[in-house]
Amino acid sequence: MNIATGTKTEAAIYTPAPKARKISIKQILKYLAIIIVSLMMVLPFVWMLSASLKAESEIFGFPIKWIPETLHWSNYKDVWTKVPFHIYYLNTLKIAVITTILVIINSSLAGYAFAKIKFPESNRLFFIYIATMMIPYQVMMIPQFMLMKELGLVNSHWSLILLGAFNPFGVFLFRQFFISIPDELLEAARIDGLNEFGIYWRIILPLSKPAIATLVIFSFMHSWNDFLGPLIYLTSDHLYTLQLGIQHFITEYNTEYALLMAAAVSAIVPTIIVYFLAQDHFIKGVANTGIKG
Amino acid sequence: MKQKRRSSSTTIRRNRLVAYTFLLPNIIGFLLFILIPVIASFFMSFTSWNGFGVIEFVGIENYKNLLHDANFRISFINSILFTLISVPVTLFLSILIAIALNRGIRFVKVFRTAVFLPYVTATIAVAAVWQLIFNPTMGPINGTLMKLGIDAPPGWLSSPSWALVSVSVVYIWHSVGYYMILFLAGLQNIPDHLYEAAELDGAGPIAKFFNVTLPSLSPVIFFTMIIGVINSFKVFDLIYVLTGGGPGRSTHVLVYDIYNTAFKQFEYGYASAMAYVLFLLILIFSFIQFKGQKKWVNY
Repeated sequence: MNIATGTKTEAAIYTPAPKARKISIKQILKYLAIIIVSLMMVLPFVWMLSASLKAESEIFGFPIKWIPETLHWSNYKDVWTKVPFHIYYLNTLKIAVITTILVIINSSLAGYAFAKIKFPESNRLFFIYIATMMIPYQVMMIPQFMLMKELGLVNSHWSLILLGAFNPFGVFLFRQFFISIPDELLEAARIDGLNEFGIYWRIILPLSKPAIATLVIFSFMHSWNDFLGPLIYLTSDHLYTLQLGIQHFITEYNTEYALLMAAAVSAIVPTIIVYFLAQDHFIKGVANTGIKG
Repeated sequence: MKQKRRSSSTTIRRNRLVAYTFLLPNIIGFLLFILIPVIASFFMSFTSWNGFGVIEFVGIENYKNLLHDANFRISFINSILFTLISVPVTLFLSILIAIALNRGIRFVKVFRTAVFLPYVTATIAVAAVWQLIFNPTMGPINGTLMKLGIDAPPGWLSSPSWALVSVSVVYIWHSVGYYMILFLAGLQNIPDHLYEAAELDGAGPIAKFFNVTLPSLSPVIFFTMIIGVINSFKVFDLIYVLTGGGPGRSTHVLVYDIYNTAFKQFEYGYASAMAYVLFLLILIFSFIQFKGQKKWVNY
């Protein structure tokens, strides 16, 4: 399980392209294979984008017309007016942002305790945290629901925010990162009269921007893309998240494929933008922790 | 001496107090939303309860019923089949792609992004697209096949014999980038001197692959096998949107059944028992892999 703790720099993950070299048949075949694989990964997105701009009757035309004759931007207008998409957007954004802030605060505090304070139960407690990461969500799903029902939080965004805010992964990520910060630094700060919280707040957190960035991206993406949680907890249309909204769209308007594709494009654009902005953190995060977003 | 011991025990007490203050918010959430629910559902699996009224203890009745539940058996088998199809193919493809994209390639960032892109996009949106791509009469896949002269291509998602495979295809497409990143990190960790030593011994590219790359990568392969199995047992979103478990019961998997039993039929006790069977299944798969690793994993 090296990978869980190993650290890797950005530079090492992105090896630069080599200088010009002789072109051999082997090289050509290699490029050909890579291009085919990449196309297979990307073509569904291109198809989706192209279908979202077509007239309904054009979608299944054969051979596939990748660029529609006339661009039907009205599909997007229709989606956003037929379905309260802006409300779904705001709901999803609200849940994702609040969850992410709570995750960062409580995970970094707990990670600090596990990494930098020596107390007798430290390792045992941390082991319990790690062990629960193996347990499938389905095992805790029902009692969680009962609890939320007791708290009156079913059909409220807070059930999703609270459940998303506490995950052992965040604690794990911060602990691993904090351990790599030398203890001497903390000792020096203690001699200077900083208390534990001061050390955490003024020394450790400013040094932990990479870990914070990684967790922000993961937590945000995870909330944004979550489907099962909203499916269980949200029943009123005005509380729906994007994923639930799309699913709703699939069942309601299942013959209007062009609109469906416009809805799907609208839903994934933000995550793709976040991904491109924070690509390196994202990839480093996966590589270092094996987190499944 | 006495003085010193007292001061060390006060240090422990002080540290403990500080540690738990830091841990407090997280521990409350962890207990309330993770640990207690895990334990509670274990007890619930021995009851017949629908969320209302008295909780009736029924012993191992739920588990006994599961043994004779034909629908549960189908889901159980489907879950295992899905894992056996998708995990090996995903890992095999992602190793190949990682090796191809490791070094000596131009535009490497573009290619890696292309492979990784499906993983960051929401499964719901992606499933909606694949549903159309797989459309048996009009979709681009069967359109192409029919153009190529195949008169009766499979119905993919609407064919009982092809549905599970089709879902696996989408799943593999969606997750291959994630495993590729893990393998890339593993490949970058292999020290160059191992390859240089192999070259001195006269090893060609194939010998280098089998004698250096694979053995050095074995811990990563082991790790990805473990999480790959866990993840593939948990596939829900894709199946919910792509097939809804159908046609018939051909794509019903355990997590899908657990959701339906709990939140559509409100049989909480029975659903909890199913969840624990799923957990047990994951533990068994992990245990087998841990036992087997001694034979092939190099640390």
